[in-house]
Amino acid sequence: MSRVTLRVNGEERSLELDPRTTLLDALREQLQLTGSKKGCDHGQCGACTVMVEGRRIYSCLTLAVMHDGEAVTTIEGLGRPDALHPMQAAFVKHDGYQCGYCTPGQICASVATLQEIEAGIPSHVTADLTAAPQLTAEEIRERMSGNICRCGAYSNIVEAITEVAGRPA
Amino acid sequence: MTAHPAPPQAAARGMGAALRQDSALKHATGEARFLDDLPEPPGLLHAALALSPVAHGRLAPLDPAPALALPGIVAVLRPGDIPGRNDIASAGSNEPLLAEGMVEHAGQPLAIVVGMTRDAALAGAAALRPEIAPLPAILSLEEAIAREAWVMPPQEIRRGDAAAALAAAPHRLAGEFRAGGQEHFYLEGQIALALPGEDGEMTIHSSTQHPTEVQHIAARVLGCPFSRVTAVTRRMGGGFGGKESNASWVAAAAALAARHTGRPVKLRLSRKADMAATGKRHPFLYRWQAGFDGTGRILALDATLAADAGHSLDLTAGVVFRAITHALGCCDVPDVALRALACRTNTVSHTAFRGFGGPQGALLIEDVVHRVAGALGQPPEAVRARNFAGGENGAETPYGQALEGALIRRVWAEAQRDADWSARRREIAAFNAAHPTLRRGLGSMVLAFGISFGQMHMNQAGALVHVYTDGSIRLNHGGTEMGQGLFIKVAQVVASVFGVDVDRIALSATSTAEVPNTSPTAASTGSDLNGWAAHAAASAIRGRMAAVAAAEWGVPAEEIAFAEGQVTAGGNRAMEFGELARLAYMQRVSLSATGFYRTPDIHWDRAAMRGEPFFYFSYGAAAVEVAVDLLTGEHRCLAAHLVQDCGRSLNPAVDLGQVEGAFVQGLGWLTCEELWWDAEGRLRTLGPSTYKIPGSRDVPPVLRVRLLEGAPARSETIFRSKAVGEPPLLLATAVWNALKDAIGTDRLDAPATPERVLMAIRGG
Repeated sequence: MSRVTLRVNGEERSLELDPRTTLLDALREQLQLTGSKKGCDHGQCGACTVMVEGRRIYSCLTLAVMHDGEAVTTIEGLGRPDALHPMQAAFVKHDGYQCGYCTPGQICASVATLQEIEAGIPSHVTADLTAAPQLTAEEIRERMSGNICRCGAYSNIVEAITEVAGRPA
Repeated sequence: MTAHPAPPQAAARGMGAALRQDSALKHATGEARFLDDLPEPPGLLHAALALSPVAHGRLAPLDPAPALALPGIVAVLRPGDIPGRNDIASAGSNEPLLAEGMVEHAGQPLAIVVGMTRDAALAGAAALRPEIAPLPAILSLEEAIAREAWVMPPQEIRRGDAAAALAAAPHRLAGEFRAGGQEHFYLEGQIALALPGEDGEMTIHSSTQHPTEVQHIAARVLGCPFSRVTAVTRRMGGGFGGKESNASWVAAAAALAARHTGRPVKLRLSRKADMAATGKRHPFLYRWQAGFDGTGRILALDATLAADAGHSLDLTAGVVFRAITHALGCCDVPDVALRALACRTNTVSHTAFRGFGGPQGALLIEDVVHRVAGALGQPPEAVRARNFAGGENGAETPYGQALEGALIRRVWAEAQRDADWSARRREIAAFNAAHPTLRRGLGSMVLAFGISFGQMHMNQAGALVHVYTDGSIRLNHGGTEMGQGLFIKVAQVVASVFGVDVDRIALSATSTAEVPNTSPTAASTGSDLNGWAAHAAASAIRGRMAAVAAAEWGVPAEEIAFAEGQVTAGGNRAMEFGELARLAYMQRVSLSATGFYRTPDIHWDRAAMRGEPFFYFSYGAAAVEVAVDLLTGEHRCLAAHLVQDCGRSLNPAVDLGQVEGAFVQGLGWLTCEELWWDAEGRLRTLGPSTYKIPGSRDVPPVLRVRLLEGAPARSETIFRSKAVGEPPLLLATAVWNALKDAIGTDRLDAPATPERVLMAIRGG
């Protein structure tokens, strides 16, 4: 067993766990933070997306012990029903979900996407690697391509992100 | 049902309002609890399945020792451990939960391993070494047809004399093509949690579209009366038909393990096991001959639609029924012979998938239209329009139910207008002339989709409504929520009956203990059936409450109105809804009612293959543009304009989402989702890394969806709305048509992956 301390949604949480425990399992099964979902358990669907030290990560593909002392933000840490994060509010407004299973991961990835564009990190579709990336629908779709929505609510998701980014949808 | 109360008018927060889903805030904050998110009960054990690595063979009794030798293993359950019947058949019989003596497909469950932890159970399942002596396996539709291996007798719909009409037609063509299956890939995989109780009771939380079937099949496996088993479903993380029958055996396996150990058991399939062991959309092989004249009028069609049923019947009867009843789409052909073959192969048993054979059926006429257009040098949309049902052509389907020709023409006219079709044709021609390696194409689709279960008895539903003495209302019905927005729609119905805000309606998990003997939430019928059932229950209570108010005020009951949370009579008498509820209670009037509905007027003669099996048809049209790279076969859908008939929509926000999502899912089926079985019959596309599901980049950048306006359903549907779950999936056929248009090919099998497109470009 290993000890690991994570700062989860602003709170220090000390855990004793098998070193093979993924961050996702640590969140879901030890901390009862079940908002992050297990869709494929292989880093291919995006339902488990959380943010570690401000960067998005597939929590099913990383071990909890690799993040000792780091800050983890899950969907629960972004906002609550009575105090929504702007991205959560935009997803609700634009119906950016149907069954809801991919939604926590989509929202975490959306928040990270805007931060990455803000930080000037280019993507596969960024034409000019030396200039600041433009906040286009194409950029958003590209950067959100690691999160599958089987219900096909992609257009509404892009509209929600676009609204939060401050551009007309 | 003989008479229904007149539908109330649409209100800002009542019927027809674009309200967000009931779970919207919970989804956006991660508070919505899916089954695997529920707090685990004390003493919980976990189950895992051992699956067959072989497609067909003789199975020796399985030795449990290698699993039992591992730490944390509690039990290894084999067929002999089943107290009831080893049969999880949905419609047929003798479909084993655990293979016994014979293995019929790779991925078939052989044993259930129960462990202290999920990891232990999985390790135990992996340690088992099944001894299977392989037998020759049927792994293709061609072989099944050659050997006449069927899961049910061939079905045929005939009208007129197709052979004579073919012989007499001025032109004739023959065609053959195929369409692949489709993995559901509900983001939440199959899962069940079984809780043993007193006196042989078993409560099963299941991610299922069909709680009643979970109850029945678990009881059959456990060998107990249905009344001992309660199946509960709050929500699914997607269903798409994949949790109509397949959830039942997963739940039965969990229940078996719970009965055997006397402890709660959770069974959550890994994604790989889920994809290996659960059925898919039926792949189809089509062979046809058509006769037509110089104007493009199709005079005769003789066609065989061969469905790959897999190793057992499951829901195949309904799928082939829907395929042949939808094989002419929105078109009329006077003389037809349509045969459906339900082929038995050594593959997982294919099952319901959104559209349920309808999308596969509709591909037939679209292929014929495309080929006839090519032969005559006409655009396919002109040939399709030449053959539209109604107008100058016959309106009746070959099985005797009339289509609404005016709506068919209207949806197509609107989609064409939305897409600026003629201008787009010219632009594309100019673009193609200027580009040596890129080709653009235009494609269209017009659909007619029959609504009702093909099994007549399934067209029924029940609901249970309670009003409490504070005026709060609890709603339960037989429908399940899988993201399609059913719960909010039915809540809107009940809110409008009571004239209260929808927030006053407390929704509750679907449960066989509250509403019994229900049908699956499938065939797009969820809101049609459950909406009416809930309407009936709420109306019964409202009638009793109105009588109380009428007596209190000394006015006729007809003068009592329910609106905006108030109960009023005339202009000067009013009380809060809750006040009247309390008054009714004090006067010992029941504030609880069940409601029941059965779809009227539908009938089907199985021997003659004729009747009016559908309560009504939904219509829709699409116009799409694609671009193809001639060097690689890669392609993109650039724009899609969709028009869908939802009657008088119960909730436009929900319906628009359904149309868009169905289109994207259909796009996946027809272009990128390829199931690939190896030569030994093992599925090798077992995860999203090898099985390509449409992602955010695959949706056309221009996607315009519109609900047909001013078109209330002609049939007496709930508030004149129409079903929406499945029909718009067929709109994606326009993408397949557009790809053929772009590359100018006669034959393009689906899914039209870049490889297939490239092969078609290179002529073979």
